[in-house]
Amino acid sequence: MISVGKIKQYTNVLERPLSKGKQEVSLSAFAFLFSELVQYNQTQVDNITELERRLEDAGYAVGARILELLCHREKGNRRETRLLGILSFVHSTVWKVLFGKVADSLEKGTEHEDEYMISEKELLVNRFISIPKDMGAFNCGAFVAGIVRGVLENAGFPAVVTAHFVPVEGQHRPRTTILIKFAEEVLRREATLG
Amino acid sequence: MAPVAPRSGDVIFANVERVNAELFTLTYGAIVRQLLTDLEEVDEVNKQLDQMGYNIGVRLIDEFLAKSNVSRCVDFKETAEVIAKVGLKMFLGITATVTNWDVEGTTCSLILEDNPLVDFVELPDTCQGLNYCNILSGVVRGALEMVSMKTEVTWLRDMLRGDDAFELQLKLLKQVPEEYPYKDDE
Repeated sequence: MISVGKIKQYTNVLERPLSKGKQEVSLSAFAFLFSELVQYNQTQVDNITELERRLEDAGYAVGARILELLCHREKGNRRETRLLGILSFVHSTVWKVLFGKVADSLEKGTEHEDEYMISEKELLVNRFISIPKDMGAFNCGAFVAGIVRGVLENAGFPAVVTAHFVPVEGQHRPRTTILIKFAEEVLRREATLG
Repeated sequence: MAPVAPRSGDVIFANVERVNAELFTLTYGAIVRQLLTDLEEVDEVNKQLDQMGYNIGVRLIDEFLAKSNVSRCVDFKETAEVIAKVGLKMFLGITATVTNWDVEGTTCSLILEDNPLVDFVELPDTCQGLNYCNILSGVVRGALEMVSMKTEVTWLRDMLRGDDAFELQLKLLKQVPEEYPYKDDE
């Protein structure tokens, strides 16, 4: 813990030492904040699609920053350039830092070559969220989908990323699947790289 | 039944579920940025952040009371100490020093020893009037209002604006007598 007298006068954000990322806040603090994010955005939209888009935008901003931070801190200023590499970076490194654990699963879509899925039994942001009946398939995981899109796009892998509830047999709550559909150019490039 | 002893902020924080502060910091940053884009005026953003904090405060007080076993504070001085050492600790993992009391014992300052809201943050020239941490003042105000204290909570010093500390001033405006049982209307 830094005592009052020792706090340095920060003039430039880049001159500060980079934190090791071990600091924590209570889950409640995050949940309260996230709830305000959702509630505020609800006042700004007319429909669910629009609400999900706004949450995704907010997440995108987080993703872009976390990519930069993690490449610098964890990967010695290198980033993944291959499809599977970046996917496992998201599934393992990013998930671990943001949510304290590796994601439950990373799978390739069975029907489409360009689709991948990251699934989580209980996504952190959905922990304290229950969706009112009239909001249909709305999923606050859109925020996390945005984070994933932010990481991928800024690493040079543009993709459409969406969050979906998937019912699980024998479980009361559905799991959340983050569906990643890569842009055509990404797959073309992968094919050329061999 | 013997009264349950209040728990220290450290003990509570060690026993609650926690998340990486960076997720919290970056999410808060995303919120502020969204507000700046939507509302355009810095003053409006300050207001909205304060409102969001207030909303959080009125809900958060329940969890605080449930987990801390803190009983009624004898005076505002104790209240301020509890916020600084227990409240801030159990939610944000930080503590503050309480200082600058006025003679009446109704105004004081919390000097934050750390501030997880502002990691990675720098205010651009266009946002100099922004009270980036205004959500926190809102939280304190909201929470205190739920325990019958009307307060005014303002940032006196802000390191993002070039000051040497984060100083939050708490001013007790009035103690609202508890209404019992409930108001009929409103």
